[in-house]
Amino acid sequence: MLELRDVAKSFGGNRVLNGISLTVERGEMVCLIGASGSGKSTLLRCINLLEPIDDGAVFLDGQDISEPGLNPDPVRRRIGMVFQSYNLFPHMTAEENVMLAPRRVHGKTREALRPQVTELFTRFGLADRMQHYPDQLSGGQQQRVAIVRALAMRPEIMLFDEITSALDPELVGEVLDVLRQLRSEGMTMVLATHEMKFAAELADKICFLDAGRIAEQGPPSQIFEAPQKARTRAFLSRVL
Amino acid sequence: MRRRSNIIAGVSTTLVVLAIVTLVPLAPGWAAVKKSFFNAEVFAQTFPRLVQAFLWDIAIFLWSVPLITVIALAIALARDTKNPALFPLKLFGILYTDIFRGIPVILVVYLIGFGIPGLGLPRPWNSPYIWGTVALVLTYSAYVAEIFRSGIESIHDSQRAAAASLGLSQSDTMRFVVLPQAIRRVVPANMNMLIALQKDVALLSFIGPVEVLRQAGVFKSLLANFTPYVGAALIFLSVTIPATRYADYLIARQRRERS
Ligand SMILES: Nc1ncnc2c1ncn2[C@@H]1O[C@H](COP(=O)(O)OP(=O)(O)OP(=O)(O)O)[C@@H](O)[C@H]1O
Ligand SMILES: [Mg+2]
Repeated sequence: MLELRDVAKSFGGNRVLNGISLTVERGEMVCLIGASGSGKSTLLRCINLLEPIDDGAVFLDGQDISEPGLNPDPVRRRIGMVFQSYNLFPHMTAEENVMLAPRRVHGKTREALRPQVTELFTRFGLADRMQHYPDQLSGGQQQRVAIVRALAMRPEIMLFDEITSALDPELVGEVLDVLRQLRSEGMTMVLATHEMKFAAELADKICFLDAGRIAEQGPPSQIFEAPQKARTRAFLSRVL
Repeated sequence: MRRRSNIIAGVSTTLVVLAIVTLVPLAPGWAAVKKSFFNAEVFAQTFPRLVQAFLWDIAIFLWSVPLITVIALAIALARDTKNPALFPLKLFGILYTDIFRGIPVILVVYLIGFGIPGLGLPRPWNSPYIWGTVALVLTYSAYVAEIFRSGIESIHDSQRAAAASLGLSQSDTMRFVVLPQAIRRVVPANMNMLIALQKDVALLSFIGPVEVLRQAGVFKSLLANFTPYVGAALIFLSVTIPATRYADYLIARQRRERS
């Protein structure tokens, strides 16, 4: 469903992604792990066309979406993304945050969207928070609203960039529960995460990024229990 | 503690005021100044007409504000465009703000206010009210555009990234995500521009409109007395002081909200 071929990306002279190849099948959950600065966020931003890539290609359902000159908007609608810092629109209620894109992009009215949006809020335990502004919500609630906002566009694949890293420890669980729920519903997901236990429990595939390369990838059992590379072992011994 | 500092402030203010009230009249020219600047009779005679003339200042102000808002926003967006095809627009925005912020307002008022009616346009298109307004609008649009632009640039890139990731177009992102936040953020700065504009309407007195400053000048010539100018100043203060306080309050509130 998603395929990266030799993706390279530099900022100035700094080569941040250095030939990344990766495939994600429909319904799979892939976790990117690696030290800070290894390129996880950049990789996700390249998939979502928030950053242009310098080399290689990204395919979504066989379509080359990294082609220069391609209108990125229709592609981004098919890819949902959730950020570490939530990035809700602070001047809108939770409901307006969620409705904005479907209204503008699909031309639907608020009334037409309301049942579907209410259902999403209810599903993630936010039914009584729809009319709240972001600064009236806890971090965990804000992050769940951000997830609902992305889901309201009915994306085919979701990208999550360390979405629990900015949360107080006691709020991490409620957001991870949302991911579990999405996983069980068969959503295709790519996560950058520092939650190793969670990754080990749920991921189909773990990719260990090191200095802009995928140093090692495989099922959690292999990466966590029998890592092949010294770099992987060194990283895991630091974080586990 | 608070009470004590209030007492000290009260006492020292009273002392200063007493000193001014007793010392200033001792100056040799005081009697003459009092007669020509603080003449109660002249004040009573001219003040109502001055207030009436001030309605022109308010009217010119009121119809300038929406024009300034629209033009300033357009210029700010033109300057902010990242689309290479729209570079000429961006260049225009840069030139516009550079030029109109670089010329004294009074000069723009003279050039446009005298220059364009000089073309011999038919009524009402030769009215100094129109061209005076145009001069103010052109100048203030340049300043307000820069304020809007600073607001737009103060919105964190992550907001645009979030909007883009939802598939919103750039124009929708600007309209629904960036601008509403940017405009809110620069309300206090724009309040200060509005106060300056209200005062600068008086510059139009030099090209014709009989607003409060010009009316005061007429009275001065008529009565050979400067008291009408003091009256005009009081009228301006009655508007600008509350407005300034309100702007300060908005700034303080915003600072509290952001911390
Ligand atoms: N817009 C940018 N301009 C310049 N350099 C950038 C930019 N974005 C990222 N980088 C650099 O790219 C490298 C990889 O950053 P990236 O954010 O992808 O790492 P990460 O793996 O997500 O790290 P973390 O775990 O801290 O989030 C870093 O060295 C960073 O400084
Ligand atoms: Mg990151």
